[in-house]
Amino acid sequence: MAFHKISVTINGELEQVAVPSNMTLMRMLRESLALTGTKNGCSAGECGACTALLNGEPVNSCMVLAVECDGAEIITVEGLAGDKQLDPIQEAMIQEGGVQCGFCTPGVLISSYALLKRNPHPSENEIREALVGNLCRCTGYVRIIESVKAVARR
Amino acid sequence: MAKVVTQNIPSPIGESKPRIDAREKVTGAAIYADDLQFGNALLHARIKRSPYPHAFIKKIDITKARALPGVKAIVTGQDFPGYIGLYLQDRYIFCRDRVRYVGDPVAGVAAISAEIAEKALSLIQVEYEVLEPVLDPEFGASPEAPLIHPDLGQYVVANFIFPQPGTNISNYFKIRKGDVTGTWKKCAAIVERKYRIPHIQHVPIEPHVAIARVDETGEITLWGSSQSPFAQRNLIAQSMGISQSDMRVIAPFVGGGFGSKAGVSMESLAVAIATKVKGHPVKLLLTREEEFFTAFVRQELVAYFKMGCDENGKLLAMENKFYWGGGAYTEYGVNVTRASGYSSSGPYEVPNVKTDSYCVYTNHPVGGPMRGFGMPEMHAGLEQCIDELALQIGMDVVEFRKLNCLKTGSILVTGSKMHPTGLLQCVEKAAAAIGWGKKAPPSAPNKRRGKGIALMWKAPAMPPNAGSSAWVELAEDGTLNVGVGGQELGQGVFTVAAQMAAAALGVPYESVRVATPVDTRYSPYEWQTVASRLTWSMGNAIVSAAKDARRQILEMVAEAWGETPEDLDIVNGVVVSFKSEKEISLKNLVIYGLPKPDDQGWRGGPVIGRGNFMPTYVTGLDPKTGQGERAVVHYTTGAQAVELEVDLETGCIEIIKGVSAFDVGKAINPEMVKAQMEGGFVQGMSSALFERLQLKDGVVQNPSFVDYRIATSADIPMDLQAFIVEMPQDDGPWGARGIGEHSMVPTIPAIANAICDAIGLRFEGPPFTAEKVYLAMLDAGIVK
Repeated sequence: MAFHKISVTINGELEQVAVPSNMTLMRMLRESLALTGTKNGCSAGECGACTALLNGEPVNSCMVLAVECDGAEIITVEGLAGDKQLDPIQEAMIQEGGVQCGFCTPGVLISSYALLKRNPHPSENEIREALVGNLCRCTGYVRIIESVKAVARR
Repeated sequence: MAKVVTQNIPSPIGESKPRIDAREKVTGAAIYADDLQFGNALLHARIKRSPYPHAFIKKIDITKARALPGVKAIVTGQDFPGYIGLYLQDRYIFCRDRVRYVGDPVAGVAAISAEIAEKALSLIQVEYEVLEPVLDPEFGASPEAPLIHPDLGQYVVANFIFPQPGTNISNYFKIRKGDVTGTWKKCAAIVERKYRIPHIQHVPIEPHVAIARVDETGEITLWGSSQSPFAQRNLIAQSMGISQSDMRVIAPFVGGGFGSKAGVSMESLAVAIATKVKGHPVKLLLTREEEFFTAFVRQELVAYFKMGCDENGKLLAMENKFYWGGGAYTEYGVNVTRASGYSSSGPYEVPNVKTDSYCVYTNHPVGGPMRGFGMPEMHAGLEQCIDELALQIGMDVVEFRKLNCLKTGSILVTGSKMHPTGLLQCVEKAAAAIGWGKKAPPSAPNKRRGKGIALMWKAPAMPPNAGSSAWVELAEDGTLNVGVGGQELGQGVFTVAAQMAAAALGVPYESVRVATPVDTRYSPYEWQTVASRLTWSMGNAIVSAAKDARRQILEMVAEAWGETPEDLDIVNGVVVSFKSEKEISLKNLVIYGLPKPDDQGWRGGPVIGRGNFMPTYVTGLDPKTGQGERAVVHYTTGAQAVELEVDLETGCIEIIKGVSAFDVGKAINPEMVKAQMEGGFVQGMSSALFERLQLKDGVVQNPSFVDYRIATSADIPMDLQAFIVEMPQDDGPWGARGIGEHSMVPTIPAIANAICDAIGLRFEGPPFTAEKVYLAMLDAGIVK
């Protein structure tokens, strides 16, 4: 397997990583960089647990090859909070009860964060549409949607 | 009769505190089993699985696979002769002579990468002699069916499970109450129906994962996503023939369980492989595809119901026959059969009941515990029959339910008396919230609108003596550390554990920590995180531990102040005296004690409180009649109602509104209780509308999220309401009982009843997919 040296900005830090050709962004984050907040739910682009921001766009990181990310900017769940200051969507998920088992939470947060960046006051339907690729088995989505609404109201 | 709890409710009981684990979960810091780092010594395991639903293994050749560079070990069933199982030991860790479902583990490989391990699987050659499979539980129970477990009579079994050797019936549970046969002629209306509930899967978003390491002395450590660290310690140790003390299970956060991570499933595979590569941690991570057909699935059910009532609508008799499709191994599932038997009247008082409940082996994936433990499947048909019976006798279905539903003191199907229950209030709340009796017009000409309601009851299904324990200790700064062996699956048990400990000791919620991850070497014993039993059972243990610590503190301070403990209290982390109005913070004194006057020494010492709880009053049931004094610890009851629309052009069902009302005894954290009701409703809705494992000749045809659809954010009702009813449990902490599973029990029949209200059609079973609904409407001439 050929290895490639790539440069990628992750959560504001410039990283140089040697990645095999077939390594996905998800595996690079989890295995090469120990950023295990990004979760592996299906490795098939179907559940959204591995959602990360690639140049500002939410992607299923299990469906992106790491080599494609050379020169890119990535944000993962670990990069949402500032110094001890949670992002409003993280704060809302705590206050509104949008978290249960927590396994879909990183992906849900990234999708919600991306939605609120491009549309600070989304409608209920826009929220549901933005989260349709993030499967959650615990919450029934109710309080996740309420969390996004709470930020949108600010 | 149970006494009513009248004690005062201290803070923070009944307060909707934010989750204790929320911050680490929203920052990505929370650790799940697949996140643990093991370094270079880590090996990766993959499993060679049977391609046939039923076959003899004639020969396994591992030579080529073993020679592949990077392969470190290959194991087969020949290496592990011990059986394993919770209630019925009917499984080998790896198959030895016979495979019983597509996916049954035949060999395991450990290699330096998952890719190499996967490649090695293709080099393992297995010769099979294919046998006729059993693909239907009703056929499986018949004398014509080929035997799947010829050794059934030799298996070790719990004394309340009744296998029928020489058949495929691994448990047979009977209710014989009153005289059913003689009662039919007294009935003014009778309904007789058959329902079929398909296999579905739990679909936790986190797949199963286990990492096992065996050290040179033979001590085993298992890290896994587990609802049952202590049961795994016990069952795996027994199967491997080692001491339970040499088996250590460490269980970090679970990314969703719903029963699939209860008991032992794939964990024993990782342990078995690890015994051949001592010193190396061996990781087995199921793919999503494997998750769908090699982890537990929900048992399928073929159910026959017959029920009758008098001219006033009073239920007189029920006759039920349940064929539970237990799949290839029913070590856990046998108890679903029992639970559905002793609950087979549904939440109704019925004087005459005859039930035959069979657990039947099939050559399908392994049926196991799933949220509701048989109750969603059983209620799915039963609650539709109740609707039909009410309408036949000319009664409103809500009135019929109110007349017949269990009230405090009602005689149960097992002959005992119902404890205080708020079921009637649940019915009333659900009916009122859905606007029962009021017809709204459909939102468009091509739609039909309907409402439906269903009730439920469910008891924790477990051995009579399932136990809990807990400890509490305090740090120098007065923070309280709570040791528990129950698991956080998302249901919020660590949060209510902290709330209960805070309340019982007298410290603020914010200064409580829960000692995690659960580690069987250090954490107190807990049977399993199943059966919606923790708030009640583990809660009792925590309260007992906190009170023990509180007693120690008050005695020490009382002695120092020359007062009696009865005059003291602990409020917000400060010991206060009502008599002398003295006060002293818990800080430091809980570790160092208090100095005696004039430098004359010290009193006290590090405070540690201990507590346990085990129900001691559960009696057996007569194997011939299913009658007994107290079959279970308690029943949680509730109701759900829905309003929906059926699209005549597409057959699509849109749930417009969903309402839940459950009697939880006491809501320790009301918002989290409501969150359980919402999440359960949506999981139940998903099983009603979308979910079915499509099996063809024993092969699961849809093992992916694309082909096995679960509810998404776009599918849920715009209006989802939850109501809490609180009729206290006499032996629950502040009256609490469980809610986790119950919330998806009545959803299928509530939706089915609403569909019938909308278009007048009923279906043999879920899922009520658009295709199925449209074709039925076409058949019925509703659409052309």
